[in-house]
Amino acid sequence: MAATLVRLSRGVSICRRSMSTFSGQDHVETTKGKRMNLFSAINQALHIALETDPRSYLFGEDVGFGGVFRCTTGLAERFGKQRVFNTPLCEQGIVGFGIGLAAMGNRAIAEIQFADYIFPAFDQIVNEAAKFRYRSGNQFNCGGLTIRSPYGAVGHGGHYHSQSPESFFCHVPGIKVVIPRSPLQAKGLLLASIRDPNPVVFFEPKWLYRQAVEEVPDHDYMLPLSEAEVIRQGSDITLVGWGAQLSVMEEACADAAKEGISCELIDLKTLIPWDKETVEASVRKTGRLLVSHEAPVTGGFGAEISAAIVERCFLRLEAPVARVCGLDTPFPLVYEPFYMPTKNKILEAIKSTINY
Amino acid sequence: MLHTRSTFTGFLLKTVGLLRNVGIPADRVVNHRPRASVCGSRSDRFDIFYDRISCLPVRFYSSIGAERHAAKTCDVDESRVLEFPGGTVTLTSEMNFMSESTVRIPCYQVLDDNGQPIARSFEQLSKELAVKMYSDMVTLQTMDTIFYEAQRQGRISFYLTSTGEEAITIGSAAALTNDDVIFPQYREPGVLIWRGFTLQEFANQCFGTEADYGKGRQMPIHYGTNKLNYFTVSSPIATQLPHAVGAAYSLKMDDKKACAVTYFGDGGTSEGDFHAALNFAAVMESPVIFICRNNGWAISTPTSEQFRSDGAVVRGIAYGIRSLRVDGNDALAVYHAVKAAREMCINEKRPILVEALTYRVGHHSTSDDSTKYRPSDEIEHWRMNRDPVTRFRKWIEINGWWSDVEEAELRSDVRKQLLDAIQVAEKAKKLPLANLFTDVYDELPSNLREQEESLRQALKKNPQDYPADIPI
Repeated sequence: MAATLVRLSRGVSICRRSMSTFSGQDHVETTKGKRMNLFSAINQALHIALETDPRSYLFGEDVGFGGVFRCTTGLAERFGKQRVFNTPLCEQGIVGFGIGLAAMGNRAIAEIQFADYIFPAFDQIVNEAAKFRYRSGNQFNCGGLTIRSPYGAVGHGGHYHSQSPESFFCHVPGIKVVIPRSPLQAKGLLLASIRDPNPVVFFEPKWLYRQAVEEVPDHDYMLPLSEAEVIRQGSDITLVGWGAQLSVMEEACADAAKEGISCELIDLKTLIPWDKETVEASVRKTGRLLVSHEAPVTGGFGAEISAAIVERCFLRLEAPVARVCGLDTPFPLVYEPFYMPTKNKILEAIKSTINY
Repeated sequence: MLHTRSTFTGFLLKTVGLLRNVGIPADRVVNHRPRASVCGSRSDRFDIFYDRISCLPVRFYSSIGAERHAAKTCDVDESRVLEFPGGTVTLTSEMNFMSESTVRIPCYQVLDDNGQPIARSFEQLSKELAVKMYSDMVTLQTMDTIFYEAQRQGRISFYLTSTGEEAITIGSAAALTNDDVIFPQYREPGVLIWRGFTLQEFANQCFGTEADYGKGRQMPIHYGTNKLNYFTVSSPIATQLPHAVGAAYSLKMDDKKACAVTYFGDGGTSEGDFHAALNFAAVMESPVIFICRNNGWAISTPTSEQFRSDGAVVRGIAYGIRSLRVDGNDALAVYHAVKAAREMCINEKRPILVEALTYRVGHHSTSDDSTKYRPSDEIEHWRMNRDPVTRFRKWIEINGWWSDVEEAELRSDVRKQLLDAIQVAEKAKKLPLANLFTDVYDELPSNLREQEESLRQALKKNPQDYPADIPI
């Protein structure tokens, strides 16, 4: 992994990881667009969301001046401080406030500055947002709530600027968990999440905010939730991932191809409720499955995918499901290159699965 | 004591100022006047100020800016100031630690324990309103008695009474309109009674029938109805407070003549969500009324083991929220307090905190026996001498609005309605099994469709494992 430091705003910097970008072609008409990075695509989606629905609000810590990752630049100026505003530094307050706002028929777009800091809001998400519709017999809902939060490794984020907490939320019926892999995907999935009539936790891969650049259509478009996408066709093994990890997996697929192994790569996009059918169809074809994520392997969402596919494809599987994930340690600063599910770890797992 | 005269005076001036805002009668304040601690030149100003409050109309509540100004202390050189991002403060050479609460904030009361008005003047209620308030309190009391018994007989799984706190929910509900949205804790069915939720609707929920709006998914007493702007109860403590702030912000943005109102107990003030909500409400200028039912007990934990502040009211002030302490067993005081709070809340777009002092005469719930942790005579004292329903009855009787005959008729009528409601609910069907899976999301996702199918297979194989009263 190359280690070119790139300065982000407010002292946040990331390690450049060598990556290719994808252009997700499904569901998006090819219209005019500009090349842009992921934070700009998010920013564009937020502009569209606020423009198209006067009952939409955007708030969180430091959102007013543009946000520490610049995702909300220009929004307060454009839509006013009543609709785009800073909140006190209190995650349970941000989400709780958002639930109340959404429950009154608004679209509440809440930002949690880092996914590492989402835990004070865990009760509000798990016990309140997720159960709001069910417990009221559908008399009330907070479906207008979308919680955006940057997640994942960033090169030197250490324990508290690197975590991938998605699996905690995947254990909670009533919310959706969505993670985009690229700028084009981020724009379409974020707009779909904001307009979905259910509360959504939307994790943004912060490593890609500036690193991932691709052409993003200018117009207002949405990409479907709970639909996975085969982003690379192959016949020997299926790889499933989401978010920033897909770029690493893509590289591993390319290297495997040089050794004559044909990999099929699937972007899950929505973790719950997830698209089992697409993964199942792929594994029925390839007979092998590898799942990879940055979060610790134990209890990670890879375990759920693995179990579900074993249930459905047991007789079709030629090898045990491989998991190439983060280690069961806190996210370590200087040991990050050891902790991470790197390209070569994935490549070796592909080969041992093929040769099982 | 670490505090000095000047800071103490400032604190007191603020305190009295706040009382003035909501019309605390002067004789309730007099015992709390500083004696030795007022410094020379300030005492005159204080006395003038003090004298003024006694002749103010009861419902006078203007901005508190004036007494903030008056609270400048005598040993401060006002020309020396520190300007920092949070504003401008004067500098002092004295090291004055502010005292922890040594002076208890007084409690606003209109009727004494015997139903006699102690306030010099208060807005008179119409007979119709007063009788509805009383009837609804009696309805709540009777409902509690009968549902509590129903739980003891095993007819419902759980119950939780409002005994001793009837005046808070009925008094506050009477001061609100149905456009004001309610975010309840769980001991506020009085608000629903006031808004016209029928005894049958209560029974439907407690028995989890097909007519329960919550579709039988939650424990008894978790009421909710969108028709009456009453958000569905959830068990976690204080989680509804930030919701109320968000909802209030929405009302403000929509320019509605309505506010959000949220209820919670003394225990709830220890939760992070209490802090979050008060702070957000102050900063966002959300029109929300926070009503704390300080009933002395959070299950078995007394307030002395819950916090060391002077209840909830002082914390409202610390967050920059106009706050009032009221006698929660005085329905008239609660009514006036909440009515004034609502007016300020909506007209001035600001949050208000009302702390109602009361006592939880019942057990925490049917799963609790409170005689294990508190003396029976304490409970008896409140039941016999400070009952809010009796107090209000005495007052309407003094007004000639109520008689023994009407009392007997009301109680027997409510009792009969309740027994009928229970009978209907007991015979009512439950909703079909499909409702186990709906409403998790707006639409059924594929995993739930599969799980429903697989559950139905399991049912066919072992029908004896499942309750027979749920239609398949």
